[in-house]
Amino acid sequence: MEAVPLNFVRAVDLKIDGKDVRVPEGTTLLQACKSVGIDTPTLCYLENLTPVNVCRVCVVEVENSRVLVPACSRVAEPGMVVQTDSERVRHSRKLVFELLGSSVDLSTAEPTFLADLERYAAEPDRFDTGDAHGHGAKATVKQPVKIDNDLYVRDYSKCVLCYKCVEACGTDAQNTFAIAVAGRGFNASIATEFDTPLPDSACVYCGNCIGVCPTGALMFKSEHDMREAGTWDESKQTVTDTICPYCGVGCTLQLHVQDNSIVRVTSPHDHDVTEGHLCIKGRFGWQFVQNR
Amino acid sequence: MPAPPEGNPDVDLHLIPGAVASIGEQDAIDAAIGSAPAARHLLLPALHAAQARVGWISPGALNHICTRLLVPPAEGFGVASFYAMFATKRRAPRTVHVCDDIACRIKGAEGLCRSLEQKFGAPGQDANGLNGAATWVRSPCLGLCEQAPAALVQRAGESRGDEAMAHVTLEDVVGAVETGDVRAAQQTIAPQTAEPRDSGLRLLRRVGKADPSSLDDYRAHGGYVALRKALALGPEGVLREVNDSKLLGRGGAAFPTGRKWEGVARNPARPHYLVCNADESEPGTFKDRVIMEEDPFALVEAMTIAGYATGCEQGYLYIRGEYPKATARLQHAITQTRARGWLGDNIMGEGVRFDIELRRGAGAYICGEETSLFNSLEGLRGEPRNKPPFPVNVGLFGKPTVVNNVETFANVLDVLAYGGPAFAASGTPGSAGTKLFCVSGCVTRPGLYEAPFGITLRDVIALAGGVADGRALKAVLLGGAAGVFVTPEELDMPLTFEGTRAANATLGSGVIMLFDDRVDLGDILIRIAAFFRDESCGQCVPCRIGTIRQEEALHRLVAARTKGAAAGARDVGLINDLALVMRDASICGLGQTAASAVQSALQKFPVLSPEAR
Amino acid sequence: MFGAGGGTSAYREIEETDLIVLWGSNARETHPIFFHHLLKGKQDGARMFAIDPRRTSSVAWADVWMGLEVGSDVALANTIGREIIAAGLCNTAFVERATTGFEEYKAAVEIYTLEHGEKLTGVKAEDIRDLAHSYARADRAQICWTLGITEHHNAVDNVFAIINLSLLTGHVGRWGSGLVPLRGQNNVQGGGDMGAIPNKFVGGQDVEDPVLRAMFEKEYAGTIPDKKGWHLSQMFEAMEHGELKTVFVLGENPMQSEADAKRTRRLLEGLEHLVVQDIFLTKTAEVAHVVLPAAASWCESEGTVTSSERRVQRVRKALEPPGQAKDDIDILTALAKRLGRDWGAPTAADVWEEVRRLSPWHGGMSYGRLEQLNGLQWPCPTDDHPGSPTLHTRLWDEPVSGSRAPFQVVHHSPPVDLLSEEFPLRLTTGRRLESFNTGVMTGGYTSPLRHGERIELSPEDAERLHITAGEVVRIVSRRGSVEAQVKIDPGLRPGLTFMTLHFPDEVETNILTIDAVDPKSGTAEFKAAAVRVEKIVPVQAREPVGAGAAGGKP
Repeated sequence: MEAVPLNFVRAVDLKIDGKDVRVPEGTTLLQACKSVGIDTPTLCYLENLTPVNVCRVCVVEVENSRVLVPACSRVAEPGMVVQTDSERVRHSRKLVFELLGSSVDLSTAEPTFLADLERYAAEPDRFDTGDAHGHGAKATVKQPVKIDNDLYVRDYSKCVLCYKCVEACGTDAQNTFAIAVAGRGFNASIATEFDTPLPDSACVYCGNCIGVCPTGALMFKSEHDMREAGTWDESKQTVTDTICPYCGVGCTLQLHVQDNSIVRVTSPHDHDVTEGHLCIKGRFGWQFVQNR
Repeated sequence: MPAPPEGNPDVDLHLIPGAVASIGEQDAIDAAIGSAPAARHLLLPALHAAQARVGWISPGALNHICTRLLVPPAEGFGVASFYAMFATKRRAPRTVHVCDDIACRIKGAEGLCRSLEQKFGAPGQDANGLNGAATWVRSPCLGLCEQAPAALVQRAGESRGDEAMAHVTLEDVVGAVETGDVRAAQQTIAPQTAEPRDSGLRLLRRVGKADPSSLDDYRAHGGYVALRKALALGPEGVLREVNDSKLLGRGGAAFPTGRKWEGVARNPARPHYLVCNADESEPGTFKDRVIMEEDPFALVEAMTIAGYATGCEQGYLYIRGEYPKATARLQHAITQTRARGWLGDNIMGEGVRFDIELRRGAGAYICGEETSLFNSLEGLRGEPRNKPPFPVNVGLFGKPTVVNNVETFANVLDVLAYGGPAFAASGTPGSAGTKLFCVSGCVTRPGLYEAPFGITLRDVIALAGGVADGRALKAVLLGGAAGVFVTPEELDMPLTFEGTRAANATLGSGVIMLFDDRVDLGDILIRIAAFFRDESCGQCVPCRIGTIRQEEALHRLVAARTKGAAAGARDVGLINDLALVMRDASICGLGQTAASAVQSALQKFPVLSPEAR
Repeated sequence: MFGAGGGTSAYREIEETDLIVLWGSNARETHPIFFHHLLKGKQDGARMFAIDPRRTSSVAWADVWMGLEVGSDVALANTIGREIIAAGLCNTAFVERATTGFEEYKAAVEIYTLEHGEKLTGVKAEDIRDLAHSYARADRAQICWTLGITEHHNAVDNVFAIINLSLLTGHVGRWGSGLVPLRGQNNVQGGGDMGAIPNKFVGGQDVEDPVLRAMFEKEYAGTIPDKKGWHLSQMFEAMEHGELKTVFVLGENPMQSEADAKRTRRLLEGLEHLVVQDIFLTKTAEVAHVVLPAAASWCESEGTVTSSERRVQRVRKALEPPGQAKDDIDILTALAKRLGRDWGAPTAADVWEEVRRLSPWHGGMSYGRLEQLNGLQWPCPTDDHPGSPTLHTRLWDEPVSGSRAPFQVVHHSPPVDLLSEEFPLRLTTGRRLESFNTGVMTGGYTSPLRHGERIELSPEDAERLHITAGEVVRIVSRRGSVEAQVKIDPGLRPGLTFMTLHFPDEVETNILTIDAVDPKSGTAEFKAAAVRVEKIVPVQAREPVGAGAAGGKP
């Protein structure tokens, strides 16, 4: 008898930028693009989180679709004809970067994000045109940094509202639900209930929100303090993988070390024990080795 | 009835320290939730109960709601703060919402608001001299455009609840703020339904004729003929008739109703849900309100037919929060019909199960978008979902869902009464049946008009008595804030789906708003832009930031008009760039159309020239 | 389990199981990342039973909470087992093929009827029946446990009782079905695997097996005693009898971590020679004759640790150790040299090669593969072996390869420290999310979640004793007394109290605990002491001292 593979997966044929591409059924356009070496910018997408497709920087043009579609969550269909670098795509990506840049402080954003801004020749400053009488002056999300505990700070001036922290705090990882998107429209923000300080909230300081934040809006207090003092220097930092010293789960920690001190702890997103997530002890409980 | 899925009861809740609901709040919330098991989808009704009790969602009330429903407080707050009718900071128990949207603007709403500000202080603050008993706020369109200017009184802790006001004067509004009394209650009758009435009326034939509170009177005027016919035809027969009728959805997208119903009926996943989208919030639109207020049983009957045909046993009627009168009449109609056994487990003794639950929105235009509406019903923030998947496959509670607009449902009765082919023969080949038009603005007889598809814009305006006060027509806004402006030269446009499309316009929700030569279109455009900025859910970047940048640029443009069109060239460039990204990359229809009216106006009218003022 | 000291399942498996039994584990706080995997299983539709005397934050996620009496786990397991057999839900094919001793087990559990079980455990008969039937009928089911099972005088019996259930139903050795003991520390598993237990060589190989011993004697060029050594509590007994006079403590703080702290202090202080190798000057190190400052193994030196899913992973050096602190290997080789053995200057990698050579479990785990594959799960005998996410799949071979899995007859044995009129409250201990063991490590960082040691009381007991939240009370056991602030926890049933061991410098909880030890594992019964709670009056007068006693670390 012939063996029948149990996990039979259909192949889907489509065209991306004129190239014939074959992918397994269920593949997203983002993965399909990646499979043929097309680099698609993303912001709210992360392998270990459910795609929320809110940032819209990964949009692509699909033939016969009235509007552009988000590559991160749209599944490839047979016969699809996809353009990833058309005029419309370039325009939308550029504008999304410009809109974010015009309202959010991107000074500590991930380098890839800043590179994408350049790649699409985004000029966020062109929205800075309030007239002499103040008519139509530009709104931004600028606000004071929230420092309400010793472990991490929240600077929502840097928040692009990518929803990643909410997902990591919620059903995608921690299931603590300490934060959610509150308000609406341009005034929407990430908040605890009634914006109460973190120590009064449900927060358990796993720091998984920091782990997924792409802009540094959520930051270790240690990093924040060093940046304030002007001593933060990533060029002097090393990153070493090791295993958490606490319970027996065996979470991989990436120790970011500067001047023989741990300054930040992350975990690799592609590790199937942690998927990038830690608890308070793994994330923040390292100080004991440097109370020297 | 199949109970909607319960919320996840498994969560280690952390409540707001020290916040306890008052006995009154607890009682109100408990009454709204009843003895139902913890279920997230009851969040909106529970929030309504708390708001109606004390005028805002207090931390204690949120704690109580979250404990009862097992919803994390941060999420509960995220939902409460999403809706304009809920206050998450202490607000006076009596709040008068004064519409300053485009139709009311033409009728002096801006002056009204300025006077109120002088008398009572800034909107949202405790009104001067009333010891924290009342406040006033500005509101987007209240759906009373034919009776502009309009207002809505929210009266927390009072048995008389909320009430809408129409044709208000400053004295009316001041009185409402000071005492909560309504001196100018809204009316309903559409001009065409006054005697002598147009014999061609179909959707409006019972309006002003049949007693909207009497099931028997509804039957005396032809009610429940269609359902009997449907039961005789069987579900397949109903689907066939609806398909044959070529009925297209009236919510704006013009999708074939038969195909939608068939998609759900044939879907093997269970249960199926039926949703009536009565979240009519498009500025300039009031057609659904008229049907719900004056012919509520018709909607109940039509939904029952749809549920029967598509295998749904549970229907939800999601009505916008600003429609207290329609809400009361519909609730009454549902209760009466259920008591008669025509909703419930054995409809008309035929073993058919179907029931309807009425749910109130709470002030969010976006919830008229069908997937936002599902999220709202489920107790989530009313943020739209990405499509695909489409509702016929993954809708309410993740199940196959029929979702139709009120006017679409209303047409179903005629499809059954006259038969699908006969219905298809009316109107035009591409647009079967009649259409409701919401005529408002600078017009002699504003109101709701019904006419067969194919009538021209000019003829509808003539039906309404033409431009008011003998003024010259400057522009018509067709389809609503998400529609387009048309010029007096375009009035011969046939009002059909295909005709408007050919003219790069849209029927949208049937809005026909007239602007005469005295109206400053620049001011109107800024209000439209502000509307979208205000109503954007904030989820996607193009809409969240694009709408505010569009509004800012329009402010600059209008301010710079005296310097000539060239002064604004740069902002026009920005506006055009924004229009493109919002249309192309926004998640839902709100963002995709947020630049539509502005773009059409900038292209067709000399909005920017100094003379335009 | 069945001769291999390790959990049978990979963490991933719980994401794909149908029934989860969390037994004596507050994993939400003590193993948070494992709990992430568990919640994925729940989101995917798995039903969850939580067995715990306390209604913890883990229990909050369960479909059914079974709040048993502390120490009645065997009775509960046996009742479940009897019900499975009585209801005809036993996996007969599996039992016949893969196990031994079923008839003896069946006879032994006969007395544990649902009614009797309810009486012994305090869990409603219908809930026990529900769990029995659900577990037996589930396609895939996992039982996970932690110290709620093992910190008892009959710890091993508890584990046997649970294993018996998996054998009855065949919930072991298949993807998604298994037994998951969650280890309390990052290398409990690895320490045992490496032979740092009295009865095993590296790789779980028995020291009393002459063939194996001969192999190790040849490798180490010396003689190895033919009897297994003492475990921890036997060592303390030996100290008591004067048989053990010199102790070398590595990376442990028994002065604060052992039950009955007064006795521990007396014995350690009475030693002729105490050597402590640690990264801190712990309370134990303070009384040592020699202290060897060590580098922190997880960030100041190289090596491996092994997790609860038998995954061997690399730890790496990221920091230079402070002062004179040295790598453990360097200290031990230097010590060996003084004792007359020249081991040269091996690196961690060299030592690991020895492990690979001697342990079939680890033979295929080169450093290269460990790094490339994010670790490997033993057994992994050869370089081309993918590792073993699921253990004991052999039990499903037809016929079974290797020895069959034995049922072990065990019986209910209530906690040693009996409740009485004088000591009417049951004190159980455990961990909180933000702290760890004696707080030596977690004391180093400031946590907004930390509120110092508090005794948690049920609202009913607090009311009965006229005690309010925040009040400082005296807690007295047969061995001593401590003072602590009170927290009211509605998750506690009347009669049950809870404390941690996290703040021994402020509140030495182990003064209260009993060193009733499981003879098989050497673990003390930290989970069950009998205490009374006394009001201290007047409260106000004590405030200056009370604040110190109640406050956490700054």
